[in-house]
Amino acid sequence: MHHDNLLTRKIQGAVDSGRKALIPFVPAGFPSRDRFWDVLLELDSEGADVIEIGVPFSDPVADGPVVEKASIRCLEQGVNLDWIFEGLARYRKDIQAGLVFMGYFNPFLQYGVERLAVACQEAGVSGLIIPDLILEEAEPYREVLKESNLAYIPLVGLNTSQERLQEYAGLYPAFVYVVSVMGITGTKSGSMQVLGDKLRQVQDIFECPVALGFGISSRDQLESIEEHVDAVVFGSALINHLDEGKTPREFMAGWQVPRAFSQRVRAKT
Amino acid sequence: MRKGYFGAFGGRFVPELLVPPLAELEEAMDNILPAEAFVEDMDRVGREFVGRPTPLYPCRNLTAELGFDVYLKREDLAHTGAHKINNTVGQALLARHMGKSCLLAETGAGQHGVATATAAAMLGLDCIVFMGALDVQRQSINVHRMELMGARVEPVESGTRTLKDAINAALRYWIAHQSDTHYCLGSAVGPHPFPLLVRKLQSVIGRESRQQMLEQTGELPDTVVACVGGGSNAIGMFHPFVEDRQVELVGVEAGGRGGPGDHHSATISRGTPGVLHGTHTFLLQSKEGQILPSHSVAPGLDYPGVGPEHSFLKDSSRARYEVIHDREALKAFNLLSRKEGIIPALESAHAVAWAVENRDSIKPGSKVLINLSGRGDKDLDIVREQME
Repeated sequence: MHHDNLLTRKIQGAVDSGRKALIPFVPAGFPSRDRFWDVLLELDSEGADVIEIGVPFSDPVADGPVVEKASIRCLEQGVNLDWIFEGLARYRKDIQAGLVFMGYFNPFLQYGVERLAVACQEAGVSGLIIPDLILEEAEPYREVLKESNLAYIPLVGLNTSQERLQEYAGLYPAFVYVVSVMGITGTKSGSMQVLGDKLRQVQDIFECPVALGFGISSRDQLESIEEHVDAVVFGSALINHLDEGKTPREFMAGWQVPRAFSQRVRAKT
Repeated sequence: MRKGYFGAFGGRFVPELLVPPLAELEEAMDNILPAEAFVEDMDRVGREFVGRPTPLYPCRNLTAELGFDVYLKREDLAHTGAHKINNTVGQALLARHMGKSCLLAETGAGQHGVATATAAAMLGLDCIVFMGALDVQRQSINVHRMELMGARVEPVESGTRTLKDAINAALRYWIAHQSDTHYCLGSAVGPHPFPLLVRKLQSVIGRESRQQMLEQTGELPDTVVACVGGGSNAIGMFHPFVEDRQVELVGVEAGGRGGPGDHHSATISRGTPGVLHGTHTFLLQSKEGQILPSHSVAPGLDYPGVGPEHSFLKDSSRARYEVIHDREALKAFNLLSRKEGIIPALESAHAVAWAVENRDSIKPGSKVLINLSGRGDKDLDIVREQME
């Protein structure tokens, strides 16, 4: 089991203190190469439990226009894995949150998966979210990732069958990422009933914490499903916020948990 | 071999949300495609609507000029003027058997979009086509054709605003509309089962050619030549000849203008393996894995990836892949028009050009079969522009 992973501990820590773990997503080099590391540090000090660093790719098929535009802007500024690792060597010690890379497979493949795993371990990156690397295609790389204690974090959706959920659960991931919509990042969510049912199923099948993402822009959205979610991922909403020149602090303030909410969760656990 | 792989190439590198519709399609391919009722449907539609079998034409004038026997497989005479229709009517019939009401397609220059709109109109299905915004401007006549046949054309403003971005947009649309929509992918690329499905539907080209060669000459060809962009006409032509080890298979890629630093589309010849649009194959990419822009004078070859089965045929040395530049293709375009009264698509002109450019090394009297995958009327504006 992978419960010794930092990501699991970070999310569990938030849940134990009666709140949802907060997982902001920022593309590396956004809003600019200079400001990115400040944004990361501020997200961390304002309560992020885990931070997803987006590794930009020219053809991000699972993403909507907001993330795609941001990624291309980062690529145009010359952001690549070497640049990210250089920055982490300098700033990782000042960041409390767990870190994961979110990116498409090809840049990782070209870097070399084994080399990547070693570099991640040295840089303090604890997991990978790769939206185009499903169960079967991840198989050849599982051992290499395990050796560096780098978690493969599965994405599952509203149309993922019970059998496939069980196969993913059998990998004992650090956490599981539930895609809240039948669409791309930034899509408006559909029926809360359907989502609630799927979350309940995921919660039953997986031993690890459950994170919810894609199209999450406000806390109100979670009201009817909060008991089935341990962590919340937000990307497009945060990117839009930063793009307007606003600070990470203002964004995170909207997610600080009011007392009543946390007490309700605490009473349950 | 791993399921969905051709040697080290292929696979299914897609978001988890696309796994159920791909599995559904794979099941349909395995069960519906070989069923008698479906085979009969395909034969009938091929005969009545597409115009199959297409002729095998011995080019007497070109043969006299080049010193070896040149045969053209006339896919340019299929309905809509290219081989693309073999794939779209097949997938449209399959979609109807699967109970889907809408066909989704991407298109570059518009040929596959037109072929999809055609099949959708014939079978009474809805049709939506994603097309790069730049291509919408450049190919307004094809946009008009698609709309005439009832398709909705969606310009794609993201990325480079060309074919690869249209594929991204179509995949995104499919994630959200998979219950009633079939994604009719236009080439032998993409996640499993598309490369296999498209090859199965295009193999009619090679099957007919093989039989026609035997009937008309009593022998198999010595060399089979086809142009390769995504590679659907080539894999359809090659596959029925793969077991005939004595038949040489030559895929012709587009070298673009050929100057130092110029973009091109010679993915297998000059690219490296990687993952794009759901498949592991040769790509034009930076060393960091970012996809590079491609270029060819032939819009249908202008793609930075290639079908995974071609990567395998290259890797296993069963086929070889050669590069032809824009100016050689244009020369062959003129030569075939002038000598044989056949105006080839600029894509197919690359295949013709390979035979012309290699006239000195091809044995006199040998038989060279070239897939003339499409007709050139669509390219007259480009050719005029290039000649100036």
